[in-house]
Amino acid sequence: MDTLKHVINVLSAPQVSFLAAAIAFFFVFPPTDRFQSWNRRLRLDWLWTVKGGILLHALVIGAFFLSTLDPNFRAIVTKPDNVPIALLLFGTLFFLWLSMKQACDNDARLANDQKPNEYTDPSESKILVWPDLVYIELIAGILCMAALIFWSIALEAPLEEPANPTLSPNPAKAPWYFLGLQEMLVYFDPWLAGVVFPVIIIVGLMSLPYIDTEPGGSGYYSYSDRKLYVSLFMFGWLLLWVYLIIVGAFMRGPNWNFFGPYERWDLHKVVALTNINLSSLIWVKLLNQPLPDNIIIREMFGIAMLGFHFLVIPPLLAMTILKKFYARMGNVKYAVFMFLSMAAVSLPIKMFLRWTINLKYVVAIPGWFNL
Amino acid sequence: MADSKQDQADKLKAAGAGKAHGHVAKGHVASGDGQTRRSFISWVVVGWAAFAACMGGLATITMRFFAPNVLYEPQQTFRAGAVSEYAPGEVSTRWKSKFGIWIVRLDDRVVALSTICTHLGCTPNWLASEQKFKCPCHGSAFRMNGINFEGPAPRPLERHKIYLDDEGIMVVDKTVSFRQERGQWDEPESFVAV
Ligand code: FES
Repeated sequence: MDTLKHVINVLSAPQVSFLAAAIAFFFVFPPTDRFQSWNRRLRLDWLWTVKGGILLHALVIGAFFLSTLDPNFRAIVTKPDNVPIALLLFGTLFFLWLSMKQACDNDARLANDQKPNEYTDPSESKILVWPDLVYIELIAGILCMAALIFWSIALEAPLEEPANPTLSPNPAKAPWYFLGLQEMLVYFDPWLAGVVFPVIIIVGLMSLPYIDTEPGGSGYYSYSDRKLYVSLFMFGWLLLWVYLIIVGAFMRGPNWNFFGPYERWDLHKVVALTNINLSSLIWVKLLNQPLPDNIIIREMFGIAMLGFHFLVIPPLLAMTILKKFYARMGNVKYAVFMFLSMAAVSLPIKMFLRWTINLKYVVAIPGWFNL
Repeated sequence: MADSKQDQADKLKAAGAGKAHGHVAKGHVASGDGQTRRSFISWVVVGWAAFAACMGGLATITMRFFAPNVLYEPQQTFRAGAVSEYAPGEVSTRWKSKFGIWIVRLDDRVVALSTICTHLGCTPNWLASEQKFKCPCHGSAFRMNGINFEGPAPRPLERHKIYLDDEGIMVVDKTVSFRQERGQWDEPESFVAV
């Protein structure tokens, strides 16, 4: 048992778990036809059937309750702050499954030349506001109230001492919906992670309806009709948001160190994390030279990497595997789409480099631009 | 019923006549329920004044709510004791909660380190066993001398002005700060030599 726990602790380290999740992701949520055929061959679409769903939920919930036998795991998930977050994650899983099931059902129906499940005959698609809708709303409202009252009685609010600027709780955590942002702050310059990225995320989400103007699949759940979009969105949602919230809520312990799910939150856990910039990594460690004085020369490798990532890869893709897509989108839309996707991809790349080689900044021009 | 209707009609006629001939004094025009224009206007004024007062109060309370319940300006200078009170290589947390200062005795000098993380302003903790300051918010760490080496903090902790007064007691002045990245850590006021 202890070895199993230890193995899980090791595997849950972000460099392992994130990589595994990111690779598995594209088979579970295939972005292209090729991936989809692999997905079918591995029978992963079975997850989105009723049986598959029951098994999935049974596994996750079973593993969760089995884990609560472990005192360290229990101590974390039963904190009054964390109970609702755990519930929320189960809810996320359920609704993810539900919508994917509906999408797959519709895909199957459309393949058989049937109309999607959500289709209703316009002549009879009327619903009365009173009583049908109002009753549903009333019942939903009452249930919410009951849940809130129960919650507020059952889980005590953590009342603490009056604010003291010289005392930060250890670990100091943002509310759960910001934990993804807090996790981002660990890897990036505060100005970028706190201001620029959130703005890009919001503007990016706002621009979605203008980028994706293809009518296919609108008005009903479907996957096959819009693989690339659903897959990319799910990548951002599940891996860059939900995953980071899980890590932030349950796996970041004292001193913001990383702790496995069955690890004790030891205040004195020693982790060596000495940072290094890409410039010193290449100039000093690889080339055995002192850092050049000229900032541009010093940072040229990082700048070249950034340029390659944002300026070379998108055109390359447009000429190769995304040729048809590019032709449909046109220049401007493709450029915006690619900028957003490449930015979303660069985030985990940078985090991964920090986890593995403690890279601080790819380009470090202090006081001006650190990435 | 018929009577009262007749009454009203009479009144209206009278009012009309009054206006037409300018005979009725201003402010004494009777409205339907016996209220004068003057009293109506004064009620309106009172009403609006009360409303404005309420809104003003609400706005004041709201603005007050935005100001946090903390003491802004704790004392900025304080006497930190004699150099001999600090052992060589010691990081003293004595003044941390009161003034937000660590007194650090390095090899050749005593410095006053600010307890504000240069990342986003949390207060790091001194971990004696690991000889580093570690921030609980995003995991930045600083060496004993204040240099950042782990996590996202972009620059070293700031040092504050420290000097000996006439009695040989160290005085820390938090209004002046010295930053390493500006090359200010060798300025004479940034340390007390030992
Ligand atoms: S505030 Fe100290 S690490 Fe972010």
